[in-house]
Amino acid sequence: MTTHPQIRLGADIGGTFTDIVLDVRGRLHSTKVLTTYAAPEQAILDGLAILTREAGISAGEIDLAIHGTTLATNALIARRGARVAFVTTQGFRDVIEMRTENRFAQYDLAIRLPAPLVPREDRFPIGGRIGARGDELQALDEAALEALAETLAAGGYGAVAIGFIHSYANPAHERRAREILGRRVSVPISLSSEVSPQMREFERFTTVCANAYVRPLMADYLGRLEIRLREAGAACPVVMIHSGGGLVSLGTAAEFPVRLVESGPAGGAIFATDVARRFDLTSTVSYDMGGTTAKICLIEEFQPRTARTFEVARTTRFAEGSGIPISIPVIEMIEIGAGGGSIASVDAMGRIQTGPDSAGSEPGPACYGRGGALPTITDADLLLGKLDPETFAGGAIRLSREAAETALRAEVGDRLGLALVPAAFGVAEVVDENMANAARVHAVENGRDLAGGVMIAFGGAAPLHAARLCEKLDIALCLVPAGAGVGSAIGFLKAPFGYEAVGSRVFRLSAFDGAGLAAQVAELSGTAERFVRAGTQAPLTREVTAFMRYAGQGWEIPVPLPDGSIDAAALRALFREHYARFFGRPVDGLEGLDIEIVTISVKLQDTREAPSRHTLDPIGRPIVAQAGTRPVFDPASGETRDSAVVARDALAPGDRVEGPAVIVERETSTLVTSRFDAVLQGDGSLLLVRKGFGAKGFGS
Amino acid sequence: MSAIDDIRLQVMWNRLISVVEEQATTLVRTAFSTSVREAGDLSAGVFDPSGRMLAQAVTGTPGHVNTMAEAVGNFMAEIPTDEMHEGDTYVTNDPWLGTGHLHDITMVSPSFLDGVLVGFFACTAHVVDVGGRGFGADGKSVYEEGIQIPIMRFIDRGTVNRDLVRILRQNVREPNQVVGDFYSLAACNEVGHRRLVAMMREIGLATLDGLTDFIFARTRAAMAERIRALPRGAWSNALMTDGYDAPIPLAVRITIGAERIHVDFDGSAPVSRWGINVPIIYSKAYASYALKCVVAPDIPNNAASLSFFTVSSPPNILNAARPAPVSLRHVLGHLVPDLVLGALAKALPGQVLAEGAASLWNIHLSLRPVAGGEGRRAEVLMFNSGGMGARPGLDGLSATAFPSGVHTMPIEATEQTGPVVIWRKELRPDSGGDGAWRGGLGQIIEIAAEDGHDFDFSAMFDRIDNPAHGRDGGGDGAPGGVHLDDGTRMRGKGWQHVPAGRRLILTVPGGGGFGDPAGRDPAAREDDRRKGYVTGESA
Repeated sequence: MTTHPQIRLGADIGGTFTDIVLDVRGRLHSTKVLTTYAAPEQAILDGLAILTREAGISAGEIDLAIHGTTLATNALIARRGARVAFVTTQGFRDVIEMRTENRFAQYDLAIRLPAPLVPREDRFPIGGRIGARGDELQALDEAALEALAETLAAGGYGAVAIGFIHSYANPAHERRAREILGRRVSVPISLSSEVSPQMREFERFTTVCANAYVRPLMADYLGRLEIRLREAGAACPVVMIHSGGGLVSLGTAAEFPVRLVESGPAGGAIFATDVARRFDLTSTVSYDMGGTTAKICLIEEFQPRTARTFEVARTTRFAEGSGIPISIPVIEMIEIGAGGGSIASVDAMGRIQTGPDSAGSEPGPACYGRGGALPTITDADLLLGKLDPETFAGGAIRLSREAAETALRAEVGDRLGLALVPAAFGVAEVVDENMANAARVHAVENGRDLAGGVMIAFGGAAPLHAARLCEKLDIALCLVPAGAGVGSAIGFLKAPFGYEAVGSRVFRLSAFDGAGLAAQVAELSGTAERFVRAGTQAPLTREVTAFMRYAGQGWEIPVPLPDGSIDAAALRALFREHYARFFGRPVDGLEGLDIEIVTISVKLQDTREAPSRHTLDPIGRPIVAQAGTRPVFDPASGETRDSAVVARDALAPGDRVEGPAVIVERETSTLVTSRFDAVLQGDGSLLLVRKGFGAKGFGS
Repeated sequence: MSAIDDIRLQVMWNRLISVVEEQATTLVRTAFSTSVREAGDLSAGVFDPSGRMLAQAVTGTPGHVNTMAEAVGNFMAEIPTDEMHEGDTYVTNDPWLGTGHLHDITMVSPSFLDGVLVGFFACTAHVVDVGGRGFGADGKSVYEEGIQIPIMRFIDRGTVNRDLVRILRQNVREPNQVVGDFYSLAACNEVGHRRLVAMMREIGLATLDGLTDFIFARTRAAMAERIRALPRGAWSNALMTDGYDAPIPLAVRITIGAERIHVDFDGSAPVSRWGINVPIIYSKAYASYALKCVVAPDIPNNAASLSFFTVSSPPNILNAARPAPVSLRHVLGHLVPDLVLGALAKALPGQVLAEGAASLWNIHLSLRPVAGGEGRRAEVLMFNSGGMGARPGLDGLSATAFPSGVHTMPIEATEQTGPVVIWRKELRPDSGGDGAWRGGLGQIIEIAAEDGHDFDFSAMFDRIDNPAHGRDGGGDGAPGGVHLDDGTRMRGKGWQHVPAGRRLILTVPGGGGFGDPAGRDPAAREDDRRKGYVTGESA
């Protein structure tokens, strides 16, 4: 069964808006509906009604609904989850509270660490111990578990999490504990060896607790959604997008809801990946900038980069270490507090700072005129001429220059003795630099160089900042695809059925156990296949990755393994090659320095139909017709220049607009700086091209 | 337009900070020693051509950052700039010229752009072994503590000094890990250099002079404002510490003037026979760190901000000269902030946190099969933290490193490195000092060798005889303790043996309370009882 359904619905529930996309045999309809917190499925039903009417189809004709949601993330951020009982190894009751015993801000004596998801009184230590090699050091205290079962049954808990030391190496005690507790306890029980079988107890335990914490809420919601869709006439299967960018069945999603965390941003990365495939671009970086944050993701060979751990619900200014670590496969993104609503201020050194505090949508930027008194990125963009106050958001909000000026003058200009335009430039420049730095560091950490790649920009604020970001990152080409405002929901429609199973087990190359490795890969493949087959019968592709290091190091690098058996010599060569790519050169001249595999990941996914191909046209033909000009500040030259104002929908494929210019559309505007031109592509994307680029040819 | 230039300089400053962050990340990801890769015991920074620190990585620990800030000048005194070349990297572990003990390797690399020296990159990391008696207090002089590497070239114009590598390999217990870390330190400076040069070319800078002036002028102005806002005068404080075999008093006098804060350690105990002495470069690092946390936490750490803190001391245990043994200089060094903040609290009543466990409870284990048996040998290092003092308005953080900036390691990772089983590592009830705000809890750790093995350990613990004092009426934190599971009491410092089948139990100290206990919110007391932070069973 390789044909894909012809009518598909994509729904992305975000914090403010729910984006709905209906793909009717290749034709896209989309809308945004306000999210209802009490009944999040309502927005999907409302959007469904709007779009089926617009497309002239009935809900019953929809073949598949694909859904992603921030509900799990929001429950973790707002701490609106279940009361969880955490059953753990005796002697380790406080792992999730003691964290890394570190302060994430070195000089802040008033620092607060995030409270654990499960408070101490709900954590229950049980005797029994597995050793580092999976051997049993002490038998499980089954009598204590029987007694605990009674306590839990009477305790009013909404969910149970079990996390034992070294359970990734041997899950027997966790499984037995579930068996015993399950006889008396009717709420769902999550095991750390199933949710996240990776070494490092703090991350694994917080992950299983987070899973238990959101499980009742998500199971309820998913059940309700299915019923209400049926009632609305949509009897099609509903599948969920997970943080790794693949699709899973509703059943899997309800059992492992922690895998739904960050599924919305994952949709954005898939959207960008689809654009990359369309133009056959092997090295791209996606840049998504909305109201609160900017997200940057590396996409290489049409695969978004993935990681095995990330942090959600950061409590302090997005600071690393201030959140809840979750170790599950995830599309790896750098997220920084830089969005249209990010607030600008001046610090003790007289330096402009932007974000991570955000004005959000209420009261919003000062220029919205809804009572916001603090200057934001959007205010600066307005004062620099990047935005037209009359047509912002399709004219839905008339922006107030006066309010933006007052706020910026009070909070930035007067404090630094800067006139309005330099102050606004300072704000925009600082936020652009912050994003550029984050992108650079992320690329370096992944052994990549951004220069020479192509940027794909989407989200409301990204097209205003993309050109300057490219200048800073030495990127010559940037695509701003059509439909950028609902990119994540469109991305859902492109997602494969896929599942990544990850397990920790140490294999040393000096005493290499090839059969053991093969068995581990087979076991993980079996796990992944079970999940994938719950949603698709299509042919599958398999990717096996070994996370390897020199014995003694603490950081593993991902090494993709070929299909089939592999010996130690070949593994060594592969590792050295990848190590050199990350860190310049392999370590030489160390006699007897061993290499080890620490974790294996197996990713299975079905094959997607290729999108229609387009050839990138960086040349085009210059056009003369222009709607008019307005003064826009140009960052590279440091002065305000008359810039052409062109309507995007007035452009035909191949039209080349010379920078400086602003290309306006309903939901956003694309700024073309003096160093760039823009060429409309065959698929409706805008390509920002650095001046002089086409002359040297493309593709090298 | 000068306003625009100003903004461009701000942006470059941000960029420079991002460059050193990349430098530090490279070190963490390539390092071999657990203390660097899992615990963050490192630092990285960029300096101007005259050796002044421009920016430091956020990743890192104060004892390294603030010592390294001074170290670059020492390298320049030894190797004149006209003898420096592109592709060079210099190294030392000299405790008095680097960061206070032989286990820390400091590397400095000049950064050239088109043949002109534009700056330096420096980094420091704690390596797993330097030979000698190992990481512990038992050396009688620095000569017994391991190999000493004077300031010298590790890489000369791109070529690694093979002789140094051979001497190292012959002198340390874990040659691969140590040499691996040497490479990783050099690589981290190399990454910094490449990024700096790329940034300068992109912006079109020939030197960093304009940016340097901007950074220092802005920092100086902000710092001066903070210092001016402080009350002027002099305040003293004293602190008793456990010592090796007899208690050791520490003393300080801080003087807040119009333009700086001066710290003097006169009155502290004389130099010890044991390896717990502190070179002044390290005492100064932690004194400056403590003051900065209270006075200017938001101002970047660089040569200009650090210049507002000056430190002096007659020769004594906080200013120990060569050849004093200094291997465990961190134990007293970590107590310097409590000492200094005690004096500052008199100048700023009600604003300074209570004393805490302060010194990390690091433990080095040397495991082996029981005599005649079969098994594995391993050297294992663990970092553990006690309770932080209560803050005005906030309870102290439990089991959290302060003043050190390191992390603990996952016990699942520790148990992969040798035949060791950690049977317990959890909060220690009733260990936080009472007060309107409660001190942070310490922790309890139980360690045993796997069946068929026994081990020695190097103790480097304080606050066993001298608990953390509360502030403004707050109670003391619980003192620490070291025992075997059969009740045998062990010493707080020095190498000791744990026989097969026995467990070593560490009860790590808690932090002091802040303010009168009568003022504690009843709801907070109820919460303490419900969570078992306070059981009411022991005093």
